[in-house]
Amino acid sequence: MNRTKLRILQAALLVAIFAFWQVATQPGLIPPFVWPENADRAAFFFGEPSKMAQVIWAWFVTDANIYPHLWVTLQETVLAFVIGSVLGLAIGLWLGLSPTASALFDPYITAMNAMPRVVLAPIFMVWFGLGIWSKVALGVTLVFFIVFFNVYQGVKEVSPVVLNNATMLGASRKQLLRFVYLPSATSWVFSSLHTSVGMAFVGAVVGEYLGSAKGVGYLIHMAEGSFDINTVFAGILVLTGFALVLDFAVTKVEKRLLVWRPTQGDSGAL
Amino acid sequence: MTAAVHFDNITCTFAGKAGPYTAVKDVTLSIADGEFVSVVGPTGCGKSTLLNVAAGLLRPTSGALTTFGEPLNGINRRAGYMFQSEALMPWRSALDNVTAGLEFRGEEKAAARAKGEDWLSRVGLAGFGDRYPHQLSGGMRKRTSLAQMLILDPKILLMDEPFSALDIQTRQLMENELLELWSANRKSVIFITHDLEEAISLSDRVVVLSAGPATRPIGEFVIDLPRPRDVAEIRLTPKFTALHDQIWHAMKDEVLKGYQQTKNRVVA
Ligand SMILES: Nc1ncnc2c1ncn2[C@@H]1O[C@H](COP(=O)(O)OP(=O)(O)OP(=O)(O)O)[C@@H](O)[C@H]1O
Ligand SMILES: [Mg+2]
Repeated sequence: MNRTKLRILQAALLVAIFAFWQVATQPGLIPPFVWPENADRAAFFFGEPSKMAQVIWAWFVTDANIYPHLWVTLQETVLAFVIGSVLGLAIGLWLGLSPTASALFDPYITAMNAMPRVVLAPIFMVWFGLGIWSKVALGVTLVFFIVFFNVYQGVKEVSPVVLNNATMLGASRKQLLRFVYLPSATSWVFSSLHTSVGMAFVGAVVGEYLGSAKGVGYLIHMAEGSFDINTVFAGILVLTGFALVLDFAVTKVEKRLLVWRPTQGDSGAL
Repeated sequence: MTAAVHFDNITCTFAGKAGPYTAVKDVTLSIADGEFVSVVGPTGCGKSTLLNVAAGLLRPTSGALTTFGEPLNGINRRAGYMFQSEALMPWRSALDNVTAGLEFRGEEKAAARAKGEDWLSRVGLAGFGDRYPHQLSGGMRKRTSLAQMLILDPKILLMDEPFSALDIQTRQLMENELLELWSANRKSVIFITHDLEEAISLSDRVVVLSAGPATRPIGEFVIDLPRPRDVAEIRLTPKFTALHDQIWHAMKDEVLKGYQQTKNRVVA
């Protein structure tokens, strides 16, 4: 199957899913067996794609009022990602290079990673208020561990020959850190980029959902409060689209920054 | 005259799962200032181990290493090392790899770049400076490593099978190039190789090591072929053939022994 054909089929599948969704939730189609007392139930539980489209259209075009919310969610995601990555990188390098410290902290790291960190959200709200920082904090706790474990592992797997070579070329311990360990660890951060950006996003949205006055998670939460299922689904669709755009941006950045890494099928022709 | 590198009764024992393994035992060997010495020996006998000791990367279990009369403590700052396996930093372009040592020394960037370009063209890689190691062939990577080492102008060159990945033509070009660089500015060289012909055609002296464990030198042969040499032509001279026969005769038993031992170790 060639590429264009594949894309067309993928799009057709999407249309088919929404068409089925639309038809199946029409009043009176399924209900007689399942919900005899009320013909509108299917639409009540599953929403109607046409109405979701109206909501999304209003958000983006007629009312154009979703942009501040998107902006807040984006800020939270980016901040959580950056802060979590820098912390993970720094502490991962430190523990990776210091056997004593890593032996000391090992059980605590394991425990903190095992803890379901979403339960920290209320605590962060008490500490940082309902603004963006409580969401950033939640995202940071999720991102940190992914980056930390990658860097920690990466430091241990730096090629000893490359290290010895740099040493023979005159690198001091500090220069080894800057010119060998750091670039090598950074490449590990980037290899976990998709997961950690995804986690930053999860932290932001969950945080908003649990208590805030702005953001896409907040929109969903509000709609839920009034049983407005179409708006809930519309919010979910917007979040999905948002995540896809983020992922696309990450792929672009990755391609730029990891040019030195061999990729499969790289012919090496430049 | 004080030796550039002097191994004094060096023994290296590694702790292993199956008990300690003594790779080299009581090795005493001197490399004079400006001398080109090749070390040949069966695979796994401890050649790289000796080179690591000379570089200061490996502390001998017993014995001492002196360079120019001074006992070595830590890294041998007078030595450049060309490793047997891949040693380039994969995240740096060829040029940045070549200039890495200058950068560590804090040399000015533009000057370092110019020097780096010059060395790249000397090893036949002009125009390849912005390629990353994975975009270079194995032989090109070796040449980058060579430039990376030589740009720092070390007094002692430690070379661990540097040309074994190259085809015979490129290899002879590189060997001639190395000889030319060496004769212009006499450095002490410890050159490890599996290839006896390469050893003879390049060196002032060839040291033959016994098979492991407890490897030690079992023969030293002075190569009094005239210089300057062309590595391809010199192989055709009768004197070369005579030396080759003589050394090969001394080596043969050890090579067979080494092969047998490696095989047994794998089976066991
Ligand atoms: N770090 C180590 N720990 C345990 N054993 C080691 C270690 N380094 C080397 N050895 C052993 O010491 C012996 C000598 O190794 P070395 O790398 O010096 O061999 P070599 O002569 O360079 O071989 P080759 O020609 O194949 O490169 C080998 O048997 C090897 O298994
Ligand atoms: Mg070796």
